[in-house]
Amino acid sequence: MAPRLLPGIFLVLVAVAPNVVSEFYVTLLNYIGLSALVALGLVLLTGVGGLTSFGQAAFVGLGAYATAYLSIGQGLPGWLAFLGGSPWLGLLVGLLLTAVVAYVLGLLTLGLSGHFLPLGTLAWGLSLYFLFGNLEFLGGHTGLAGIPVLSLLGIPFKDGRIFFYLIWAVVLGAVWLSKNLLDSREGRAIRALKGGVVMAEAMGVDTTRSKTVIFLVAALFSCISGWLYAHMQRFVNPTPFSLHLGIEYLFMAVVGGAGHVWGAIVGAAVITVLKQWLQDILPGLLGASGNFEMIVFGIMMVLVLQRAREGLWPLLIRFVPQGRPACIVVDAQAMARKALPESGQVLLEAKDIVKRFGGLIANNNLSLSVKAGEVMALIGPNGAGKSTMFNCISGVDSASEGEVLFCGQAITRLNSRQIARLGMSRTFQHVRILPAMSVLENVAIGGHLRGSKGVLPAMLHMDRGEERRLLAEAARQVERVGLKDSMFEPAGSLALGQQRTLEIARALCADPCLLLLDEPAAGLRYLEKQALAELLRKLRAEGMGILLVEHDMDFVMGLADRVVVMEFGEKIAEGLPDEVQRNPAVLEAYLGGVD
Amino acid sequence: MSDVQPVLEVEDLCVAYGKVEALHHVGLRVGEGQIVTVIGPNGAGKTTMLSAIMGLLPHTKGGIRFLGHDVGDSEVEQMVARGITLVPESRALFGEMSVEDNLLLGAFMRRRLGFHDHENTMAEVFAIFPRLKERRNQYAGTLSGGERQMLAVGRALMAKPKLLMLDEPSLGLAPLIVKEIFRVIANLKSTGVSILLVEQNARAALRVADYGYVLETGELALEGPSGVLLDDPKVVESYLGLGGKH
Amino acid sequence: MDLQIALLLGQDGITNGAIYALLSFALVLVFAVTRVIYIPQGEFVAYGALTLASFQAGKTPGTLWLLIGAGLVVAMVDLSQALRSRTARRIPRILAWNLVYPAVAAAIVFLLKPGELPLLAQIILALVLVVPLGPMIYRLAYQPLAEASVLVLLIVSVAVHLAMTGLGLLFFGAEGSRTPAFSDASFDLGILTVSGQTAWVLGASLFLIVVLYLFFERTIYGKALRATAMNRTGARLMGISTVMAGKLSFLLAALIGTFSGVLIAPITTIYYDTGFLIGLKGFVGAIVGGLGSYPMAAAGAILVGLLEAYSSFWASAFKEVIVFTVIIPVLIWLSLTTRHVEEEE
Repeated sequence: MAPRLLPGIFLVLVAVAPNVVSEFYVTLLNYIGLSALVALGLVLLTGVGGLTSFGQAAFVGLGAYATAYLSIGQGLPGWLAFLGGSPWLGLLVGLLLTAVVAYVLGLLTLGLSGHFLPLGTLAWGLSLYFLFGNLEFLGGHTGLAGIPVLSLLGIPFKDGRIFFYLIWAVVLGAVWLSKNLLDSREGRAIRALKGGVVMAEAMGVDTTRSKTVIFLVAALFSCISGWLYAHMQRFVNPTPFSLHLGIEYLFMAVVGGAGHVWGAIVGAAVITVLKQWLQDILPGLLGASGNFEMIVFGIMMVLVLQRAREGLWPLLIRFVPQGRPACIVVDAQAMARKALPESGQVLLEAKDIVKRFGGLIANNNLSLSVKAGEVMALIGPNGAGKSTMFNCISGVDSASEGEVLFCGQAITRLNSRQIARLGMSRTFQHVRILPAMSVLENVAIGGHLRGSKGVLPAMLHMDRGEERRLLAEAARQVERVGLKDSMFEPAGSLALGQQRTLEIARALCADPCLLLLDEPAAGLRYLEKQALAELLRKLRAEGMGILLVEHDMDFVMGLADRVVVMEFGEKIAEGLPDEVQRNPAVLEAYLGGVD
Repeated sequence: MSDVQPVLEVEDLCVAYGKVEALHHVGLRVGEGQIVTVIGPNGAGKTTMLSAIMGLLPHTKGGIRFLGHDVGDSEVEQMVARGITLVPESRALFGEMSVEDNLLLGAFMRRRLGFHDHENTMAEVFAIFPRLKERRNQYAGTLSGGERQMLAVGRALMAKPKLLMLDEPSLGLAPLIVKEIFRVIANLKSTGVSILLVEQNARAALRVADYGYVLETGELALEGPSGVLLDDPKVVESYLGLGGKH
Repeated sequence: MDLQIALLLGQDGITNGAIYALLSFALVLVFAVTRVIYIPQGEFVAYGALTLASFQAGKTPGTLWLLIGAGLVVAMVDLSQALRSRTARRIPRILAWNLVYPAVAAAIVFLLKPGELPLLAQIILALVLVVPLGPMIYRLAYQPLAEASVLVLLIVSVAVHLAMTGLGLLFFGAEGSRTPAFSDASFDLGILTVSGQTAWVLGASLFLIVVLYLFFERTIYGKALRATAMNRTGARLMGISTVMAGKLSFLLAALIGTFSGVLIAPITTIYYDTGFLIGLKGFVGAIVGGLGSYPMAAAGAILVGLLEAYSSFWASAFKEVIVFTVIIPVLIWLSLTTRHVEEEE
């Protein structure tokens, strides 16, 4: 059975299900679908983006209450009465409200450490629940009844069996949108979040925006689920939107497999069915009534996180033979390139850089320059301040004093994203790749700034032309650095040397004129170093400027055109490799004093 | 060095980060009362080696024996209890605690094991580093680079170790302070503690050591009595990459 | 609102605020040492209060069964691990803490008839039953995940919270309980009448804070915990194991939580799920301190208490909403003042 048949089989199952099972199971399946929609949002947020929320039930509630209030339309003040009666207006207003709340929450918490978003959503979930219960016009704890029947193209969605199709059509639609999103330029930016903010920003990704996008998408999915729920039940009260339900949705995503779109459906099914079953048997077993399933869920959750962090989906999918990923790069029109500056022209100029941390001076009056078509090496013993200098140039940090010019433009105060846009691209000392993504996709992240299609076109698959050109460009860079044979392998399966090469390909995919390489030879074997040096020579011959921070003297001396040596934050020597190697100050810095 | 009882014996040690092997088949010995140094350029795997010996990092292969016992599977805390202390490259001081409290915590394991001689030990440490006594009530975070290194070494000595492992004690220090630190290291020998000294500063390290190893890209390239290594041109080559030119 | 009511509300606010402050200390401590955002802290408040209430009602509290059960599971896990790593010398300790201790506690509960004991003895007995659950939960839920990310640990916390709330419902039922005040005395200070319970809560909180301060400043174990919070690797190199530090911080947190429950039980009716809200208010305090500073956390917690008291006068239905929206300005302030630096791997 080919894996690509699975969605088809699933579709057939969905199509026949309501006709073969009893009313009770149809209702159960409807609930699974509603939960799956919420869990799907959490898969994007938690599994893909590395963020999480406990407040999704509150977004469901927002969607449900918005449509309940507006479609009943009785409590509306006179000047708003014309809005009443339409579920579609309810949907629209619900989505708007949700978007506003999610945007504000994101704005408040996404700039802080990762745990502030979940804490913020916790408070939000609780507050909204209390608000629902205490607002007179929303019916307080009794809620609102008499929500009108939804009808579409003249078909009233009154019966559970008909509603089933609506719910599952929406769920499958959401799955389709999510998969499209993940499989696009914006999606790669979102997936890059797990590789660390510094890497993503260096590739030009606005990480705060990417985080906000998935939080919004997750909240909007929840809101739609609430809208469907309200019109299915035709009655709302605060209970199903409490924080405990918010936690349950998160459990669904984690149990199903927070990294996998289909895991949301598996998780929703497992938790919903289990809950039904436990609510039947536990009170009898324990001799008391109450929501005792939460004891089981809590313990189960801890065990899943301890024993199977990836959830059930990867365990299930193991039994299905996996074909090669169906990723084919077609020849596409080449992307526009920036004109490379002429060889010998000064690309980068750092003037009298001073960097202080508190009272400590990490860089003192350091100057260096890099020309197009040369390899410049910055060397020095450990702790000399090379990385600090590198950070000041690449925009990860900014210099306390001094000026950095890139192609004649001052970049001293720019952040790494803005600098990337100007044509400077970098690699990392500790390789920062996304191990589960293919080599090709990793490299394509580097081309982020060369595309422009946003989230909506991506979700609707209206970005395919650009996407083809981006992937073709990435493939060209993969070939350029000699990784063609592993183009579709997961990047994590490569050897360290190849991973470093992959980082160079990713940097090249941004179409830079200056490459910053942070210890590219660290941990490489002799032959790998030879191959790397060969690649860098080739790039230099093409007119690329290369700034190299390196420890490995063998590597540097055979490759660099000019060398700057640092010690204690200061430049102690500069010149041709041969001169530097025989400089007594350098000898002393490396081997210790000769007293 | 075969006439001295070995304190630490490492055989065939391999360490890998994921698929990447960082240390290949490293073997070394530290004899009782000796100072043994492992030198090598940056990125050679020196810190990895110390971390693996200490139990901070798992090793994929190889044996570690301490005072004749196999300690290859021990946790860090067990290694401390057996009498090994490591002064890491980062110093790992407790910045918002006084110098005195930092020292006191150095004797944490010894106190748990029932020895209550920390006051005497502290007096000994103060005798070695009078500067620490002056600054005993100051936060460790406010010390200068040299004082921090003194505190890190002093704190390690509070455990009365049988083996002291020092990771780049001269790192980032001005030449005068480096000299001072190495003088102290040389003097520690008289207290009977064995020392495994990992250094990039090859000349200073070889000058105080009895025996030396040169680590290059995760493998031992050279070894010998430190006097011999000091004059070996191959050491310079491995540092400055002169070897690659031939 | 006249001055007298204002003062009375202020008194209420400070009393509750003192308890939130205690809880926020525990949260800051646990986070600093283990990186766990300790949502289940509130369950200890409920367990403490309801265990005491059970004693007073002459019932055997369900927390006793939980202690015995958790002890059994911990013993099984630890013994199998000790056997696998062939460290037999750990076995007596494992048995003593996880099997013998709960058995002794059970014997005391059944032999002494706690319903007839003086209040102080009942409180001590409640602490004896509930506090050891802290390190046991650390052992079972968190220790195997000690290296996991803050996010995973947070999800574990929520899961543990859920399980403990369910167990609370099972043990104590859905009915709320309120214990009698520690003292019926009251003091007149000008126009303000301070109740005996308020004096008790403030005095006991202050006492606990002083004890904690002395523990962290004067004892080697207190210093070891602070050291772990400052530099985990450094602490391990001194022989301070992460597991020991984790268990110790969870023990302290459980002590603080249970004790807070005992203090608050005469002031508010406690239900099996009330602890969560109380714990979260401690959290709001802790977040004010950016999850890092004890004095800021205390100030934040007192603020929460006052806000709650005054909003219960003005808009009692919305007091929870108001209290939890306080974190919005706090978050704004935090995001403006802290520059987010990525955690290195």
